[in-house]
Amino acid sequence: MSAQSNIQTSDKPLGRDELAELVARDIAPGSFVNLGIGQPTLVSNYLRPEQNITLHTENGMLGMGPVAVGEQIDGDLINAGKIPVTELPGASYFHHADSFAIMRGGHLDICVLGAFQVSATGDLANWHTGEPDAIPAVGGAMDLATGAKDVFVMMTLLTRDGVSKLVEHCSYPLTGVGCVTRVYTDKAVFLTGPDGVTVRETFGCTFEELQAMVPLPLVAAS
Amino acid sequence: MLNFIDTVSEAVAGIRDGSTVMIGGFGNAGQPFELIDALLESGATELTVVNNNAGQGDQGLALLIKEGRVKKMICSFPRQSDSWHFDARYKAGEIELELVPQGNLAERIRAAGAGIGGFFTPTGYGTMLAEGKETRIIDGRGQVFETPIHADVALIKALKADGVGNLVYRKTARNFGPIMAAAAKHTIVQVSEIVPTGALDPENVVTPGIYVNSIVRVADALGSKEQVA
Repeated sequence: MSAQSNIQTSDKPLGRDELAELVARDIAPGSFVNLGIGQPTLVSNYLRPEQNITLHTENGMLGMGPVAVGEQIDGDLINAGKIPVTELPGASYFHHADSFAIMRGGHLDICVLGAFQVSATGDLANWHTGEPDAIPAVGGAMDLATGAKDVFVMMTLLTRDGVSKLVEHCSYPLTGVGCVTRVYTDKAVFLTGPDGVTVRETFGCTFEELQAMVPLPLVAAS
Repeated sequence: MLNFIDTVSEAVAGIRDGSTVMIGGFGNAGQPFELIDALLESGATELTVVNNNAGQGDQGLALLIKEGRVKKMICSFPRQSDSWHFDARYKAGEIELELVPQGNLAERIRAAGAGIGGFFTPTGYGTMLAEGKETRIIDGRGQVFETPIHADVALIKALKADGVGNLVYRKTARNFGPIMAAAAKHTIVQVSEIVPTGALDPENVVTPGIYVNSIVRVADALGSKEQVA
């Protein structure tokens, strides 16, 4: 086994929940965090109370609690995915311009987003397939991508056709330029920056096997 | 000038064909369904509507679109699992769409109410939504020039108004209400309750009455907790 292979930390690729658990563990205590619609919302299931994380939802709330059930359901209290949620002690409400000032002003520590593609330099494509008959819808994706101090992406590494979503240059329309700092996938965690892509750890494959799947030069974390 | 109006029909009676109408709400939360229904009944058409979405299901804004009253939508997220009325009009080429990132939408509305002629924002820089717009590098970051969105009328929903038009909202139903109230020439508000002047704590007023023109009480509004639960 080569020296580089010892960044493999799991025998198997990670499932969606295992990946969410890993992202949750990597969020620093006391952080203010926005979880995007879809797979990123799973992260909230694994945040521990002692981490003291405050969740932001772009429709005007800090201190968002778990999804509402039964009697708790209230049409006036929803998250960005329009799912009824709950409020935690210490929650606050504010209007939309303030909510996006929280984002754009750099007050959020982390946002976690899904992606179609991420480029070698951290460009993000996650809002539009670019197909001519697709109805475009951007929501808060561009604001989140450019506003949070750290942008984490959660996605499968490969498309259903086996093509890497981590690419040299995005072919889908961009959401933001050079904004992604980490990419969590089922097969590896990548750190992206102006100096290229570093692999922090791999799951179910060696570094060399991972490199064979990704069409850009990777560096293994030392 | 503040007016308390008895019915939603009277409240929207002055909205003319071709108006730009801001409608509060994020999804169904804060959407003033009863005012929208009245606008539909009024027959006003060729409207430009500003909202975060482009209608859900078979109610509210979705019906206005279904009936062909909306010429143009300015919004951030038109496509949803239940946005079939917008989808059909859009695919038929019968409705114009100006797609705006949500934070830029909010700030453009805020800018209109605050008398700001435009602003530079990093959101959207380097993307197709910034094509054709002025850009600058400010503090080392690429930024895009965005202009205010003004409106003739705003239709919003709040929880309570007092006798001078001060408003408080409820939870995430606040969303676009306060900034739309300031951005429109004429702001029409539906509230669940009208309380005597002095009954709202001035420290907790969210929208000062100066931004409000018409208030109509709608008890048991669609989307209230009692109807959803």
